Amino acid sequence: MKIHEYQAKDILRKYGVPVPEGEMVTTLEEADHAAKQLFSAGNPVVVVKAQIHAGGRGKGGGVKVTKTLDDANTASKAILGMQLVTHQTGPQGQKVQRLLVEAGSAIDRELYLGIVLDRATSKLTFMASQAGGMEIEEVAAENPEAIYKEAIEPALGLQPWQARNLAFKLGLTPAQINPAVSFMLGLYKAFIETDCSLLEINPFITTRDGKLAALDCKINFDDNALFRHKDLKELRDVAEEDPLEVEASKDSLNYIKLDGSIACMVNGAGLAMATMDIIQYSGGSPANFLDVGGGANQQQIEAAFAILLADPNVKAIFINIFGGILRVDVLATAVVAAARNLNVTLPLILRLEGTNVEEGRKILADSGLKYSVGETMAEAAKLAVEAAKA
Amino acid sequence: MSVLVDNTTRLIVQGITGREGTYHAKGCAEYSKQFGKDIVVGGVTPGKGGTTHGGWPVFNTVEEAVKATGANATMIFVPPPFAADGIMEAVAAELPLVVCITEGIPVLDMVKAWTVVKDSKSVLIGPNCPGVISPGKAKIGIMPGRIHKEGSVGIVSRSGTLTYEAVHQLTQRGIGQSTAIGIGGDPIIGTRHIDAIRMLNEDPQTEAIVMIGEIGGTNEEAAAEYIKANVTKPVVGFIAGQTAPPGRRMGHAGAIISGGEGTAESKMAAMTAAGIHVVNSPADIGETMARVLGL
Repeated sequence: MKIHEYQAKDILRKYGVPVPEGEMVTTLEEADHAAKQLFSAGNPVVVVKAQIHAGGRGKGGGVKVTKTLDDANTASKAILGMQLVTHQTGPQGQKVQRLLVEAGSAIDRELYLGIVLDRATSKLTFMASQAGGMEIEEVAAENPEAIYKEAIEPALGLQPWQARNLAFKLGLTPAQINPAVSFMLGLYKAFIETDCSLLEINPFITTRDGKLAALDCKINFDDNALFRHKDLKELRDVAEEDPLEVEASKDSLNYIKLDGSIACMVNGAGLAMATMDIIQYSGGSPANFLDVGGGANQQQIEAAFAILLADPNVKAIFINIFGGILRVDVLATAVVAAARNLNVTLPLILRLEGTNVEEGRKILADSGLKYSVGETMAEAAKLAVEAAKA
Repeated sequence: MSVLVDNTTRLIVQGITGREGTYHAKGCAEYSKQFGKDIVVGGVTPGKGGTTHGGWPVFNTVEEAVKATGANATMIFVPPPFAADGIMEAVAAELPLVVCITEGIPVLDMVKAWTVVKDSKSVLIGPNCPGVISPGKAKIGIMPGRIHKEGSVGIVSRSGTLTYEAVHQLTQRGIGQSTAIGIGGDPIIGTRHIDAIRMLNEDPQTEAIVMIGEIGGTNEEAAAEYIKANVTKPVVGFIAGQTAPPGRRMGHAGAIISGGEGTAESKMAAMTAAGIHVVNSPADIGETMARVLGL
């Protein structure tokens, strides 16, 4: 689960990690009030930052540095409600519904700190780099030695000497070392106690008066651990997610919207990905990833159909089921009912295999439903591609 | 031979009194009974020790169950909040084989459990996996037994239904399987591609290997390097997620391209360089294996 920068910074404050003073606002009046307060408290600079879940906000015009209240208000007016396009939003962009109005910092150095799971060692890794403000992926690809790493023993946690190692490698001044160690230990504690799957401070800055701060912060939570964090679950902002994906999540369906014209309904994540692949291999393009899971019931299948049909790009529906736990006859009954209830008129291509496949085929044959069947995955994919082009 | 599971397996089920545990304990028992032996010897549900369930004795702890039944393998159906604890309990009881089916275990729980598993004598399969089957002998897991056929092709895969798909394509062409290992779709798993391939390479019954991977992590790349250096048996490979967008989790917790790592392209390139017969379409797995075996 992703959260906004201002929410991530609230979490950091709780763990004693220094962040600039600021306030989240949703209206221009609130923005004016927040900026006024920051200026009158003696801050020479106020930064207005668009709050959307995608990165690259600055380049897209979603972050403005201002020196007067008038400028701050002009910036708020320009950003609030804008359709912000970044390399992570896609060409349609994301509507800005929240701003973070924040005290500006006199930046001396821009550095990077991050905690991720290293899948090769199955341990958490603390990363630091002097190349702050850049995409860390680019640094990793072009200059991997510029990223310093410390592997964390799970039973021990991040140790002060490890944080000190990283702090010295970042070239911090002697006076900054101990604050940096506390900073990093705070980040690690936040990561563990909130079950993060990713925590990044980019940039992690030093100011001209020698202080440290998290100028930006990105936190993702492990969805599998949210059951033990009821408070964090409330930080979810569904306005930032695709409406169809939000709908799907209500019925515990694993759905991801893509740009193509062939909708897929599949059981199992691996087979669902493979179905997308074979559609492309056959000359078509998948409209979505959808794993209905092993225990799908009638209601879920119907919900899945409704979601697939709500995508205006969809020209054909490809159902690929290999019945293991999910029995094909149960699936077939649900498909027939859903197709009827929702009055499905798009071409329906089915490929069914596995548990109770004969019973399933009979249910479909007797239903009067219009559909075509591919005997193999390849044949079904071909039929789906032809149907979508017709 | 086959690997990991056969008719010498003595299986307990952790979470045997739950709905899934009950259903799949029966499935494993029935499958092995077709070949002359019920491999299930009991189950564990804390608080229900001393009772019986489906005819099997239930114990409060794994340690008690092992002592009383001589079990040498466990299948875990414990719910996600408690499953990592269940894995650690099984490892502490020194069970040689621990198969964890549970999906949805928090990553930090597995980070902790892995420190125990990696220094132990136990082999962990999963979590978030369909399990292991040696056709014609026995199965530990949730896969449909009847699509399998005993034979000489070993399979290793991160995905459940995609493994069934590969098995089905082989069986339809009359090609049997030695052991099919579903290693699981999570970012932290016990047995990785490289470990499963090492086992299959050393197994005399296995003459060829199907390796199915998916986006996320670099385990397929590591396995490809191992294959290049050590494996002379032919390997047919497929990677799912060639059309998956980066940064999105594709169903499995571990199926995500992040930080420029884990693309299908990188995995397929490494596998091709290792001499693996990589297919672009998942429909070509069976046919390619038939061709490689000269059938």
